[in-house]
Amino acid sequence: MTLSPDARPALARGVRLVEDRVRGGHQLLAPERALTPSKVAVEILGLCDGKRSFGALVDELASRFDADRALIESEAGAFLEELAGKGMVTL
Amino acid sequence: MNAPVRPQETIPAPLALLAEVTHRCPLACAYCSNPLDLDRRSDELDTTGWLRVFEEAAALGVLHVHLSGGEPAARKDLAELVGGAARSGLYTNLITSGIGLDERRLDELVGAGLDHIQLSVQAAEEEAGDRFSGLSGSHRRKRDFAALVTARGLPLTINAVIHRGNIAQVEALAYEAIALGARRIEIAHAQYYGWALKNRDALLPSREAVMGMRATMARLMADTAGAIVIDYVPPDYFARYPKPCVHGWGRQSLNVTPRGKVLPCHAAESIPGLEFWTVREHALAEIWESSPAFNAFRGTGWMREPCASCARREVDFGGCRCQALMLTGDARNADPACTLSLHHGLVEKMAGAEPAAPPPTRRGYAAPA
Repeated sequence: MTLSPDARPALARGVRLVEDRVRGGHQLLAPERALTPSKVAVEILGLCDGKRSFGALVDELASRFDADRALIESEAGAFLEELAGKGMVTL
Repeated sequence: MNAPVRPQETIPAPLALLAEVTHRCPLACAYCSNPLDLDRRSDELDTTGWLRVFEEAAALGVLHVHLSGGEPAARKDLAELVGGAARSGLYTNLITSGIGLDERRLDELVGAGLDHIQLSVQAAEEEAGDRFSGLSGSHRRKRDFAALVTARGLPLTINAVIHRGNIAQVEALAYEAIALGARRIEIAHAQYYGWALKNRDALLPSREAVMGMRATMARLMADTAGAIVIDYVPPDYFARYPKPCVHGWGRQSLNVTPRGKVLPCHAAESIPGLEFWTVREHALAEIWESSPAFNAFRGTGWMREPCASCARREVDFGGCRCQALMLTGDARNADPACTLSLHHGLVEKMAGAEPAAPPPTRRGYAAPA
């Protein structure tokens, strides 16, 4: 399944992306849980503001990374749908 | 010749802080794992003391703070504590009975930056809920409180402690949590420390009931998928290997008691001979790295057989030190919940026993002998 370009992903209430000053990198914090997102994941999550459409998010990533748009769309979409399944992102 | 150098093990940064801000509580649950000798109000760290703990915890690498007790709402400065923890950059989770938090106080907490609420629920209906909590009207008040929380969009987790009295209602408990608007429910068997240990004969369910619950949980998780996330902790008395208690002693978490003592787990004071340091006298980082209690069971050097040579020694870390002490008389032994433990027979015997349930002893400040 692919994520609709009209989806407006946002971090769910109670989920926060923070910089980890002690260990380096970032942490995605949720109730009773912390995930350590990769650098690319941090870029994706930083664009999930509930206003930007998924289509615009993919455009932005494609220009930032100078990478194939279709590949980004499928990978970022799968990533966000996985987090949505865990209740950490709303779509 | 130089003195032998002990290889310095790297001590990882802790992830979570359990802040027991008070032992005061309007409820009197028989399964409470607070110590029998409860800290009094006059012993408690003040606002400034806690704010310093949160700041130091964040600097040390802690990500989540769990404000617990007792009932944290018994402290009038709770919103200040939440605000201080949030400003330090910590993810703030309030573990509460909901009693003592009205709309105004909840709004203050949300305004202070509270991230998440975990609400305890004792049963699926009022009569049993009030009986287990020891407070008339408490279940209805919990329902009202849950409605206030969800109306504000704050994520809500229900926690339900399972014992002989409610093990048959576990499905109803999960549906009650869904009705309350929770995203998650934690279902955990009572941990037999403190008051719960004193009341073990009144609380421990039969082996049959626990085995039956396994099948119930599998069905329940399938039936409620999509409606709620269920986190279920099976009881270690019936497992093959012990639980990796606190994910290893002094590896991920620390616990600060109302009076400021820093413990590797909430029951660590039950182990005699451990020297705990307090935040009144030491910085938190110094306690984490150097206090004798944290170093007593850190790593694997303290282990005896069968743990010392076990392939799982860094998987479950020998299980729970407090349980090893309680059942075998020595905290250095393998947790007897492990089938490899020489003392495992004790656990089998206990788990098979079905004594008639005596009435529970309600928690209070006059600790019984």
